[in-house]
Amino acid sequence: MSFPLIVFYVLSAILLFSAFKVVTAKNPVHAALWLVLAFFTSSGHWLLLQAEFLAIALVLVYVGAVMVLFLFVVMMLDINIEKMRAGFWQHFPLAATVGLIMVAEMVLILASPQAHLAGYEAAAPLAADASNVKVLGLQIYTTYLMPFELAAVLLLLAIVAAIALTQRERKDGKYVDPAMQVEVKAADRLSIVKMAAVRDEPVINETNEPQA
Amino acid sequence: MLTLTHFLVLAAVLFSISVMGIFLNRKNVIVLLMAIELMLLAVNFNFIAFSHYLSDTAGQIFVFFILTVAAAESAIGLAILVVLFRNQSTINIEDLDSLKG
Amino acid sequence: MDMKSLYLLIALSPLAGAIIAGLFGWAIGRRAAHVVTIAGVAVSAVLSLKVLYGFLNGGAVFNETVYTWLTVGGMEFSVGFLVDSLTALMLVVVTSVSLMVHIYTIGYMSEDPGYQRFFSYISLFTFSMLMLVMSNNFVQLFFGWEAVGLVSYLLIGFWFKRPTATYANLKAFLVNRVGDFGFLLGIGLVLAHFGGSLNYADVFAALPQVKDQTIQIIPGVDWSLMTVTCILLFVGAMGKSAQFPLHVWLPDSMEGPTPISALIHAATMVTAGIFMVSRMSPMFELSDTALNFVMITGSITALFMGFLGIVQNDIKRVVAYSTLSQLGYMTVALGASAYSVAMFHVMTHAFFKALLFLAAGSVIIGMHHEQDMRKMGGLRKYMPITWITSLLGSLALIGTPFFSGFYSKDSIILAVEHSNLAASGFATFAVLAGVFVTAFYSFRMYFLVFHGKERWMDAAHPASHHGDHADEEPDHDHHHGLGPNDKPHESPWVVTLPLVLLAIPSVIIGYFAVGPLVGGDFFNGVIFTNLAAHPGLAAVMPHAEHAFEMGMHAFVTLPFWLALAGVVTAWVFYMKAPQIPAAIKKTFAPVNTLLENKYYLDEIYFAVFAKGSRALGTFFWKICDMLLIDGLIVNGSAKLVGSFSRVVRRLQTGFIYSYATTMIVGVLALITIWFSQLIFG
Repeated sequence: MSFPLIVFYVLSAILLFSAFKVVTAKNPVHAALWLVLAFFTSSGHWLLLQAEFLAIALVLVYVGAVMVLFLFVVMMLDINIEKMRAGFWQHFPLAATVGLIMVAEMVLILASPQAHLAGYEAAAPLAADASNVKVLGLQIYTTYLMPFELAAVLLLLAIVAAIALTQRERKDGKYVDPAMQVEVKAADRLSIVKMAAVRDEPVINETNEPQA
Repeated sequence: MLTLTHFLVLAAVLFSISVMGIFLNRKNVIVLLMAIELMLLAVNFNFIAFSHYLSDTAGQIFVFFILTVAAAESAIGLAILVVLFRNQSTINIEDLDSLKG
Repeated sequence: MDMKSLYLLIALSPLAGAIIAGLFGWAIGRRAAHVVTIAGVAVSAVLSLKVLYGFLNGGAVFNETVYTWLTVGGMEFSVGFLVDSLTALMLVVVTSVSLMVHIYTIGYMSEDPGYQRFFSYISLFTFSMLMLVMSNNFVQLFFGWEAVGLVSYLLIGFWFKRPTATYANLKAFLVNRVGDFGFLLGIGLVLAHFGGSLNYADVFAALPQVKDQTIQIIPGVDWSLMTVTCILLFVGAMGKSAQFPLHVWLPDSMEGPTPISALIHAATMVTAGIFMVSRMSPMFELSDTALNFVMITGSITALFMGFLGIVQNDIKRVVAYSTLSQLGYMTVALGASAYSVAMFHVMTHAFFKALLFLAAGSVIIGMHHEQDMRKMGGLRKYMPITWITSLLGSLALIGTPFFSGFYSKDSIILAVEHSNLAASGFATFAVLAGVFVTAFYSFRMYFLVFHGKERWMDAAHPASHHGDHADEEPDHDHHHGLGPNDKPHESPWVVTLPLVLLAIPSVIIGYFAVGPLVGGDFFNGVIFTNLAAHPGLAAVMPHAEHAFEMGMHAFVTLPFWLALAGVVTAWVFYMKAPQIPAAIKKTFAPVNTLLENKYYLDEIYFAVFAKGSRALGTFFWKICDMLLIDGLIVNGSAKLVGSFSRVVRRLQTGFIYSYATTMIVGVLALITIWFSQLIFG
């Protein structure tokens, strides 16, 4: 048994266990933490596959950003866990059956000779100083420039959408409801005050004293 | 010897676990979102494994975009969740049946 | 000027007049409206004469596409002109009669508020008719066909405030639709089977290949393609040329102003059917069945419509039934394959019938819009020009030797006598009896109107009348019939001038035209007659070459004596012994009733078609629309969807996990399918 194979099995065991814990954890906070572990081990797997850039990106983006977001949300919301968990194991037989059938079928497919996977036992070894980041960067900024820009726009869209969705009405906003503007009545703008049509001429003080 | 099949089987098992998660966590949207992240992870596994064994970087670039989309998706999904909780004071899926005809 | 622009000018100058008078009549006034339309038609008439002159001196046939109208797939619909001797003849007839009618209208319609509109319509009619006769393809023919029908509809209903007029124009329109339906089907057959083109030349070129083809309209029954096509085309002609049983619209069309009765319903439009069949002579020659059908239709029309003319008291209706009868004659000639004779009769008839109509109109003006002949009489003294010209017209109509009508009618009778078709026996009888009938009703009218006692003196002012109302404004106290102290008066010169101008050709044109048209080679290469198979025309040609001898010979033939007998009978009945017709009327009351009710055809049509279509409509409304479409299809499908949804709705729980579960199960199913294909497939 070669060293990479041992590493693979160990990481796989951790990954599958943590994944299982993600979907069965009682507390969503725990689930999120198990998910962090799952991502970490995945990034280990990806290193085995010599995808260094993506492995780092997975840790940075997922563990660093997305999972923190998850934890924030979970902690912000006041979730009644007990109610959520009611009847949790009731669906386990169905879930297990479906999961097992799926695994069995996919494994059988992968193992079957018709899948023609036998030839991919060993990848061509890369040079010691081969840079995965450089290769990806060249690709992204040349061939995939347009999709890359689109991905950037997509992220921007996600930011805008998230903010727009969660933003509350601002107290100092200058927004005016157009419907109210249209429906405004003269009486709302102008009030007529009753007063005498003619005022008495002020009596001129003969002494010409300035009035107080 | 570490072969392509190893990784594909691992991804398949991971995928099945997240499917189980969707079945089990019928009521908890947050865990559902996590299960979906796991599914995407399984898919990414396939891409990277093929990319490695075929010596084709296109697979890795695809994973790169999937990560982008997944990040955007979870951000918006969580935002929706927050709004939902603000309006309904619950994220229990059983209470979210206003679509019912 | 090259020929193409010449022909374009002929067709388009009346259209220009019509557009100016119709759209800008309100601005340019009455005088300018008639000046511009008359100028347009006059240009056409002069140029048409030039064209005819060219053909008399061996002009070349012009056949060219002028403008491609639209292209649908491989089909091209184009505006094209085919100008040959047949067209040239029709051009002259149409434009000259139209010109006369235009001039006449100035006098006849002088008080009418719709003056400009009327001029616009008749110019538009002239344009449509020219397009019809000049066309070189079936599409343009159909365009002209429908356009003249449209203008006819507009003109019959010219006084649209009168319910009888709107009823009459609707009737004309509907009856013509029946004929046009057949015509359209015929054109469809031509398009489908005759080489895929609608150009006359291409269709005729394809005839040798298709003449023995059969088609099955009812499965299992073979019909000759030529016969079916020709009969369908002739059904169109039956509608337009008012042949029995589609003639019912023509008498009612007399609700229109008299000038258009002369122009449209006597001289030109109703002869479109005759023209069309002559144009299609190469096709009709190939089907004896169709020719028999044509001949029988014509014979029935010629004889039985003449009978109806006897019992009419409205002066215009007498002329209308006379027109029907004469159209029957032309159709009989077509049936006898004597197309050139039919066209000859079209020409002579156009002149003398237009003359008779316009004279009748002149009488109507003179009698202050009184149309009942029983209230006329003795007008000879008061309206001399009208009297003379009517007499000439009537003499031409009954076929007095050396008059134009004689040559054409005698040629028809000769052709029919020598025709070898199965129907020729009946047709011969019909046309000979028709001669007597024609003479009788023509001179009945003549004597009642121009001779005898002056009955308008003692006629009480009619309480009910249906004279030509010039206008219907209640504040305008219009006079109908003569007042107690009025006397009939001769019409103004604009009315009498056309009468005189039409009387001249009515008398002489036959003598000069019979030689080239019937006996000669004027129509060579244009009208095709299989002389060996259909010897009718061959019998006429030797006579026609010598017009004078033909006229002299007539005095010893049967038709002349029949006509004379008709005139004498009319004289005895209405001048000498007025008690005889009254006695006959009493003795043969059922026959009289039958004739007065026009063989009850209107009633039958009303009962069968009007009531039938109402019943059909009710059926479609109640059963098809309400029950099937509304009930079953519209509401039924909604109900079906509703009840189905009521079941399916239960699947839509509204819970996301249900949808997710369903989706996953679906994915699983897909994997399983792929798996089973991979492993077991």
